[in-house]
Amino acid sequence: MAIRPKQITTFTRWSGLAALLFVALLVAGPLLALWARADTSATLTGSDWAAIKFTLFQATLSAIISVVLAIPVARALARRSFRGRGALVTLLGAPFLLPVIVAIFGLLAIWGRSGLVSQILLSFGLERLNIYGLSGVLLAHVFFNLPLVTRLILQGWGRIPVEHFRLSAQLGMSPKDVFLRLELPMLRSILPGAFLLVFLLCVTSFAVALTLGGGPKATTIELAIYQALRFEFALGKAATLGLIQFAICAIIAFWSLRVTVPVAFGDGLSAVTQRWDVSSRWLLWQDRLVLIAVTGFLGAPLVAVVVRGLPALTNLPPAIWPAMLNSLTVALFSAALSVLLALALAGFIDSLKVRHQKMSSIVEGVGLLTLAASPFVLGTGLFIIIHPIADPFALALPVTALVNAAISLPLALRALLPALQHNRLTYGRLADSLNIRGWSRFRLTTWPAIRKPLGFSTGLAAALSMGDLGVITLFAPPDVETLPLVMYRLMGAYRMDEAASVALILVTLTLTLFWIFDRGGRLGHQT
Amino acid sequence: MDIKLENLLVEQTDFSLRADLVIKHGTTAIIGPSGGGKSTLLLAIAGFVDLSGGDISIGDEVVTNTPPAQRPVTLLFQENNLFPHMTVFQNTGLGVRPDLKLSKAQIDQVADALDKVGLADMGTRHPSELSGGQRQRVALARALLRDRPVLMLDEPFAALGPALRHEMLDLVARIRQEQGSTLLLVTHNPDDALRIAEHTVLIADGVAMEPQPTAALLNNPPPALAAYLGK
Repeated sequence: MAIRPKQITTFTRWSGLAALLFVALLVAGPLLALWARADTSATLTGSDWAAIKFTLFQATLSAIISVVLAIPVARALARRSFRGRGALVTLLGAPFLLPVIVAIFGLLAIWGRSGLVSQILLSFGLERLNIYGLSGVLLAHVFFNLPLVTRLILQGWGRIPVEHFRLSAQLGMSPKDVFLRLELPMLRSILPGAFLLVFLLCVTSFAVALTLGGGPKATTIELAIYQALRFEFALGKAATLGLIQFAICAIIAFWSLRVTVPVAFGDGLSAVTQRWDVSSRWLLWQDRLVLIAVTGFLGAPLVAVVVRGLPALTNLPPAIWPAMLNSLTVALFSAALSVLLALALAGFIDSLKVRHQKMSSIVEGVGLLTLAASPFVLGTGLFIIIHPIADPFALALPVTALVNAAISLPLALRALLPALQHNRLTYGRLADSLNIRGWSRFRLTTWPAIRKPLGFSTGLAAALSMGDLGVITLFAPPDVETLPLVMYRLMGAYRMDEAASVALILVTLTLTLFWIFDRGGRLGHQT
Repeated sequence: MDIKLENLLVEQTDFSLRADLVIKHGTTAIIGPSGGGKSTLLLAIAGFVDLSGGDISIGDEVVTNTPPAQRPVTLLFQENNLFPHMTVFQNTGLGVRPDLKLSKAQIDQVADALDKVGLADMGTRHPSELSGGQRQRVALARALLRDRPVLMLDEPFAALGPALRHEMLDLVARIRQEQGSTLLLVTHNPDDALRIAEHTVLIADGVAMEPQPTAALLNNPPPALAAYLGK
């Protein structure tokens, strides 16, 4: 009574193989170029070592602070239901979508030399703050990753069965017992993955290092690559550093395969489990304080962007219009490429799962490979490949779109694969028995199952690309700009009002793009 | 102990439950269509849902505002009665002390309880290594140790086959007799009710009716029950 599993259709196979080849080339090509060009004879200089050390040091610290602070925030959100809770959870999702340069602008408006906090300190006769260097890098990284980790942990809390809380209430467990028996085991399963994820994000966050770091004390590897390429034109040195950066990322990515890295955007954020162990006044005030503090920390920079940007809207720099067109083109192109690749790969991986479990895992591994290769490393490699045959600066926008697509690919893959797999496991046999195949199978059974994650992934890819300030800085000639680059250049020239207006437009466009796609995926969605 | 529900009202967004009845000492089954409020009734008695009105007394004591741990009640859920990262022994021991600081005598007590439910040599295992029936036995062992006057089971054996279910029901009946407790059992299976419950409460359309002798109720069902049973 052998059940013959569904054959892989020709289309799924060829589109999958094509996507696989494309991604493999996109990652392997630049790496090989780096390998060939790397200056292996030259030893690393003191400043190179300093960059490596600083990269690892700030990433470790950022990850520790983000994770430690996220625990009380998630705990408060998990056990308190209050008006505005939904809004706060949404606010926690914002930094991930926010263009990095806009967030940094907001952070500087609060914590910078002439920011709000400095003003308050001055009025008390104290010194201004100076956040350039390690403290600024940490501040920005915590701003981006504290909410991310909070959402991850919050999902963990949501997965503790409600019966367990009822059971602990019935048994009369103290808050301490509940923590030890219910919450600590959950944290133990989530925190290692969350830590590695944040660590990886902080190792590869070029824009933060570019704007808030720098100098001998606060230069990351990526920043050193940027300087080697743009200012010294030392391709060999850039290539060596690129390989080191890749090695670090690959080790973390490989390591994170061994612990479960939680998925950042899942469900289970809205449920508040009724609790019986947390009604004491002391715990209530503790949670209130934590929630107020985190709302202020995340909200104040965003408010600052709006407050400073709105009045400046009347005085837009003319550079904004071509930059806006560039940004939108790059974002839409890279989003389309990213989800097309993800769809082709996901369909292929899923169909392989039926018979070739091992092959399927390998293909999935290749799809996630771009997570290990940082965008900046890919960019550096592409620069080295393009340099002898064409003018890299002329290809700034296509290369940016390409690299952005590669970077969003793992996220899209992670969102699409479970949906496809679930669809196959639940309705696959039904569709087989009804003999629904080919295009109508996709239209009737697959599409309804994946449109929600597909819309979300498209929106995410577009938003991330819209806010990207990485590869574009390597390639862009002075006359080609995207909105983040315009902002960066304006901030570098201390034209803060104009930067504020660009920031407001950039963030509005980014969130609108995300909203349109995400909403489009949900419209008329059943279940 | 008798359980008295006076004008009990539970209101949730898309659902409400009313009950005004007395459950006598002994064994009472609760039967009715899914979504009718069977589990909600048990959760209310155990103190896990907020009441919109009415009072609950157990024995002579009004427990309407008593926190769950102080009610003379043990409630077994359909699933998730055990903590997955704790051994069978630890999960059972929680019934003696929730912080698991057990004395020598208490350790023996736990071993005794496990023996009574037929899991004497399973103490070091984890829930994932047990069958569904064994897991519920662990929860029963814990209920034994807690020794509360009221034991409530929310379809605890729904996932088990008929033979195993009967075996478990008999075990529960034995435990009840030994401890002289009041037993409440939610079930969707009329045979279960007939097997161990003298009385049965029918819950349908958000209203719990007065307990009736089980056999009489099932043989001469009111319209709501007849529709549910398909008679």
